[in-house]
Amino acid sequence: MKYLEEYRDPVVAEGLLREIRRVARSPWVIMEVCGGQTHSIVRYGIDRMLPPEIELVHGPGCPVCVTALETIDRAHAIAAQPDVIFTSFGDMLRVPGSRGDLLSLRGRGADVRVVYSPLDAVSIARENPQRRVVFLGIGFETTAPANAMALVQARRLGVRNFSMLLSHVLVPPAIASILQTRGNRVQAFLGPGHVCAVVGTREYEAIAARYGVPIVITGFEPVDLLEGILMAVRQLEAGTATVENQYARTVTREGNAIAKEILAGVFEVTDRKWRGIGAIPKSGYKIRYEYRDHDADRIFAVDEIATEEPAACISGLVLRGLKKPGDCPAFGNTCTPRSPLGATMVSAEGACAAYYQYGRSVPVEAAE
Amino acid sequence: MCLGIPGEVTALSERDGLPYGSVRFGGVTRDVCLACQPDVVVGDFVLVHVGLAIARIDRAQAESAWRVLEQLGQTAEVTDPVSEGEGGGGS
Repeated sequence: MKYLEEYRDPVVAEGLLREIRRVARSPWVIMEVCGGQTHSIVRYGIDRMLPPEIELVHGPGCPVCVTALETIDRAHAIAAQPDVIFTSFGDMLRVPGSRGDLLSLRGRGADVRVVYSPLDAVSIARENPQRRVVFLGIGFETTAPANAMALVQARRLGVRNFSMLLSHVLVPPAIASILQTRGNRVQAFLGPGHVCAVVGTREYEAIAARYGVPIVITGFEPVDLLEGILMAVRQLEAGTATVENQYARTVTREGNAIAKEILAGVFEVTDRKWRGIGAIPKSGYKIRYEYRDHDADRIFAVDEIATEEPAACISGLVLRGLKKPGDCPAFGNTCTPRSPLGATMVSAEGACAAYYQYGRSVPVEAAE
Repeated sequence: MCLGIPGEVTALSERDGLPYGSVRFGGVTRDVCLACQPDVVVGDFVLVHVGLAIARIDRAQAESAWRVLEQLGQTAEVTDPVSEGEGGGGS
C-alpha cells in the first residue's frame, strides 16, 4: 500500500484493488503490452499490490528495445558515410549495436544528431541541400503518423536529400505471436492506450475472438491500470473474451481517421524481425514504392549484416511473458542499463531496465 | 515511446502548408504539427507524440497525465528533446 498516497485518487485506487481481490478466484496471468505501462506498474508497485492470484508479465511494447540489431548496424554503415547527416530519437541513438551506439560514431567524424521529431529531420535536410539527411524511423503505431508525415512533407516539398531508414513494428501481430508461442502463459492483455488512440480498437477484436483472450485497452496512469486489470479479471472469471476499452476518454473504436489515412498512403505491412523475439509475419511497416526516393533502404546499398545476441540474454523469454527480469542470472550483474546485453535492458522502457531503475534486483517473492 | 505527452494549444499557425500550433507542456512551449487534429482551437488540450498531435483530450485528463509522466520521468520528450545525456531524448 505504500505507493497509494501518490495516486491522483487513492480512494478510487483502493476501491479498485478491493474489487480485484473480491473478483479474483483463480490464478490468472495478464500481460501489459506497452512499455509505458510496464514503467508505471513497476514505478507504482502495482504488481506487488495485487492479490497472489494475479500475475502481471511484461510485453514487448518498447520499440527502441525490439529494434533489430541488424537495423542498428545498418544505420551505422549509413551514418559513417561522409556526406550523411544521420538523425533519430535520442533513445534510439544510444542503443548499442554490434559496433557501439550511433552517437559514438561522432568520435570518428560522423554527423549524428538527436531530433525531437522526424519533421525536424526534414527541416535539417532543407537547410543542408548538399548533404544527405537520413532519419532512423522506429516505433509502434503511436509514432508511425509522425514518421509518415515527414515522408509526405519531404515528397511534397521536393526535399530529395531526405530519406528514412524505417523499422516500424505493429502491436496486434506481436500479441498473436505471443499467443502462438509454445508454453504461452498469457491469458489476457492490457492493450496499449496511445497506440489505439491512433489506430483504434477494432483490429484487436479478431484476435480476442480467434484466441479466446480478453483484451482491455488501457491507459498508463495507476488508476487506469488497476481498472484495466479489474476489467480483464472480470472477463477471465466470467469466461468471456472480448475487446473492452478502459481508456475511452482518449481511444475510440475507429481511432484517428486522418492519421490512419496518411499511414495507409505511405506505408505497407511487411514481415519484421524483432530483437529478442525473431521474425514475426506482417508485423511491421515498410515504405511504399511511391516514396522510394525517400527510402534509405533503397538509396543506400548496405550489405546484409548478420548479428548474434549474447547467449546469456533471456530477453526473448521476458518479452513473451515466459520469464521475469529477476529470473536472469545476468540481470544487474553483467547486464545493466550502462552495459546492456539485450533488448529489455537497452532502453528505459524495457522491462529489465524498469526493474533495474526501481531497485527490483531480486525476485518479488524474495523482496517481501 | 508508446506515450503521447499532453499539452495546451496556445496559438495556431501554418508551416509549409500544414496546420501547426504552439503547444505548452508544463513550462515549455513547442511547435506541434496539427495535421491529424486540424479542428483544434486555442485553449484545447492535445496528446502529442514526437511533434504531432494524435488526439484531443480534456484539461483534467491532460493535468492528470502530465503529473504521472513527470513522476515517471517521461516528460523529456518535450522538455529536453535533444538532450544526449542518459534518460533524455525524444522517443
